[in-house]
Amino acid sequence: MMKRSLFKSPAIAILGLLLAGGCNPDNPQSILVASGPVAQRQLDLFNLLLWAVTIIFVLVCGWLVYTVIRYRRKPGQGIPEQVHGNTKLEITWTVIPALLLAAVAVPTVAAQFYITEPPAGSDQMRIEVTGHQWWWSVVYPDSGVVTANEIRVPVGKAVVVDLTAEDVIHSFWIPKLAGKIDVVPGKTTSMWFQADEPGEYLGQCAEFCGESHAWMKFRVIAQSPEEYEAWTQAQLADAPQPATEAETTGAQLFITKACIACHKIEGVPAAAGVIGPNLTHVASRTAIAAGVLDNTEENVRAWIKDPSEFKPGNIMNRDGLAYTNPQFALNEDDLNNLTAYILSLK
Amino acid sequence: MATIAGVFSRPTRPTGIWAWISTVDHKKIGALYGVTAFVFFLVGGLEALIMRLQLARAEHGIVSAEVFSQLFTMHALTMIFLAIMPLSAAFFNLVVPLMIGARDVAFPRLNAFSYWVFLLGAFILQTGWIVGSSPNTGWFAYAPLTAESFNPSKGMDFYVVGLGVLGVSSVAAALNFIITIINMRAPGMTLMRLPVFIWMTLVTSFLLVTAMPVITVGLIELYMDRTFGMNFFNVDAGADVILWQHLFWVFGHPEVYILILPAMGIISEVLPTFSRKPLYGYPVVVLSGITIGFMGWAVWSHHMFTVGLGPIANSVFAITTMFIAVPTGIKIFNWIGTLWGGSVDLKTAPLFAIGFIFLFIVGGLSGVMHAISPSDAQQQDTYFIVAHIHYVLFGGSIMAVFAGIYYWFPKATGRLLSERVGKWHFWLTMLGMNLAFYPMHFLGLDGMVRRNYTYPEGMGWDFWNMVSTIGAFILGFATLIFVHNFFRSLRKGEISGDDPWDGRTLEWSIPSPPPEYNFAVIPTVHGRDAFWEQKHGSGHGVHAPAGGAYDHDEGHGIHMPSPSILPLITSLGLGIAGYGLVYSFPVAILGAAITMFGTYAWSMEPATAPDEH
Repeated sequence: MMKRSLFKSPAIAILGLLLAGGCNPDNPQSILVASGPVAQRQLDLFNLLLWAVTIIFVLVCGWLVYTVIRYRRKPGQGIPEQVHGNTKLEITWTVIPALLLAAVAVPTVAAQFYITEPPAGSDQMRIEVTGHQWWWSVVYPDSGVVTANEIRVPVGKAVVVDLTAEDVIHSFWIPKLAGKIDVVPGKTTSMWFQADEPGEYLGQCAEFCGESHAWMKFRVIAQSPEEYEAWTQAQLADAPQPATEAETTGAQLFITKACIACHKIEGVPAAAGVIGPNLTHVASRTAIAAGVLDNTEENVRAWIKDPSEFKPGNIMNRDGLAYTNPQFALNEDDLNNLTAYILSLK
Repeated sequence: MATIAGVFSRPTRPTGIWAWISTVDHKKIGALYGVTAFVFFLVGGLEALIMRLQLARAEHGIVSAEVFSQLFTMHALTMIFLAIMPLSAAFFNLVVPLMIGARDVAFPRLNAFSYWVFLLGAFILQTGWIVGSSPNTGWFAYAPLTAESFNPSKGMDFYVVGLGVLGVSSVAAALNFIITIINMRAPGMTLMRLPVFIWMTLVTSFLLVTAMPVITVGLIELYMDRTFGMNFFNVDAGADVILWQHLFWVFGHPEVYILILPAMGIISEVLPTFSRKPLYGYPVVVLSGITIGFMGWAVWSHHMFTVGLGPIANSVFAITTMFIAVPTGIKIFNWIGTLWGGSVDLKTAPLFAIGFIFLFIVGGLSGVMHAISPSDAQQQDTYFIVAHIHYVLFGGSIMAVFAGIYYWFPKATGRLLSERVGKWHFWLTMLGMNLAFYPMHFLGLDGMVRRNYTYPEGMGWDFWNMVSTIGAFILGFATLIFVHNFFRSLRKGEISGDDPWDGRTLEWSIPSPPPEYNFAVIPTVHGRDAFWEQKHGSGHGVHAPAGGAYDHDEGHGIHMPSPSILPLITSLGLGIAGYGLVYSFPVAILGAAITMFGTYAWSMEPATAPDEH
């Protein structure tokens, strides 16, 4: 009995630890609390497996530790009985794992089909997301809304996402809503998710895509259908005209400092660039720089001043004239005015 | 003919450094492999420690994003290609001829060639640290991030050429061991009497010969794209970049078994010896090793569950992957069955072997969790995967390597490693390993993406990252303890005698360290575990000569292959050609010419030194 308790207590401690005991489901990207049916289906499977492997772990490692303790060499011990094997036993421990795995294969295949596309007849909408180094452009083909790095969806509606990439391979992941799918240049991949509760869900690129891979984030904001409809209408409007002097100067700088080469602003015909994010309503977003910085005056100014401080290797720093050509360089006043203009684009 | 033989004469009885440079002795080549690989193991470990320092806290500024990318890429390449694979090769070299009762491998000069090519390939792969641009796309190097337009630095060229050259080394060595094992077994050593380590060497060698060409195809295509502007992976010209992933993982998954099967072979030798029992269910263990070798070819797309191959492809690969757990489980059950009822002597070698089983169960079970393709979509590319691979590669391969070193060190050197220091090494390794890698499961489930050079505060990742970093440094300290043990025991270790562990296989029947010719008289084998049977069983396990045959070392009259420097010259040509392919084609042609000259001289070289006739 003494020997039994010796291995039992660490086994229980390990069991507790194994059961994701070190995880905190409140963490913003924890997969252990799901907020939609796709993530829930994946979590259910994960939990099934977690229990199964925990039981197997305790049984097999318990057997291992017990064996080592019980059959430790004693002083003066002779040669033990020379056992070469036991066919029945070996068949048993071949067949039992195979049966267990066959049993797990059934819900696996079912879930694989479930997460690929939403159930027929469900309430659906489509969006198109394109991955860039290192941000996301988002198009709502039905309404014509174009935005970036922030995806607004109505709660309770299945959102089918068609994805492709502009440059290299990325991976689109919203841990609380759905597992990831790769975003591949030259191909279209597709996944779906649905948010059951209003809220803000963090997402992140999961496939290494270059220097600032760590900062290629995005947010999904789920709202009531009414709020979502109101947001859609606001996004479809042209950008508001600059109101203050600072905003007006900033609007001119946006053109003269060549920001327009890459950024589009609806209602400003000169600003028709497609290389960077569409900024028509950038001030209505909760974050800038692809989910990296909260959308505050301080952050917008710091980001325009030196984007590579937050995102090393980014294209704006590398190719933008304001950063590469001294004639286009931004002074402190320029930064203030541009910041005022950007923040007016609600 | 006499003149030709004169031109291509072989060095005779070199001493000092020349003895190593011109050696064709499998034991010396094994030592070269082992020491070189262990140095690279330390280099890879240092890279890991720098990464762990960077990740210890949120937004830590130890290294830049670019340097971090190079670190994780080189950490993987170094550990896989320059540490674990050549450490396995070191065991193949040191042990295979001794275990099968042979005097050397089938092609001793080819064996030396394999080592030198490996060394040069390793240099090429590491050149980036000197010129300031190591490969930076992850060891998997997914197109099109590797294209010239996204990655103009020389790093990817070192990757392409370095892995290509290392592939030559692997294939040459693997063919050598296949032929050695098939042709050079002692009389009576039928296939079903082969030690399991030999079986696993054989399976691994077949995997190497068949898997390496696949990655070579991918590497050549990538080289063509980068150097000559071809379009294998150019999306604008209509390429499908997923092609690279298939080529990479069709190689990459058998590669996983190339890394683990030799480890399983070592465990299958260590456990029976220290339990004083035969391996439980020998035929099943062998068969499951072969089965793993075959099934390893049918699971590669589980690395690609999130690529969007569709639910049918994902389901098929999920099921094949799940079922590879069956032969793996059989091995684990049979190892525990070996211990059961035995007389288990808890020396350091079996402790590492038991640690291997324990950690490999953890890594194997998380592997089954990854096989479940729908939920794997939540785990893919997170730290949950990082935890898994370290449980199978460190907890698996490296633990077995240490078990093997503690087990065969006395055979190779005639001295024992210190058991007292060894136990400190083992327990600190277990502590450091679990502290470093277990919390990564939590980080993955909390949504931490791998290969991020830093992370913001407020994600809930700070605590476990710090724990993991502390664990990594304990692991580094444990490894230094081993290095100390190694060098101290080399000089002052207890004299081991020929058979310190009451061994079961033929290598323990000869002196430690073995004479150059290994066996004074080739033994005749009458059963599995022949040497054990001779000592404890019927007494008819092996017909070995009387001990007196080993007394006179000089002038023993046994014909052994003479030393040669042509393997080195031939491989130097390959190394020069490799650098030429990166920097300048005329140099590549020069290198190729040296290799061709070396090959020609090699074929003309007389079989023995002139004075031995």
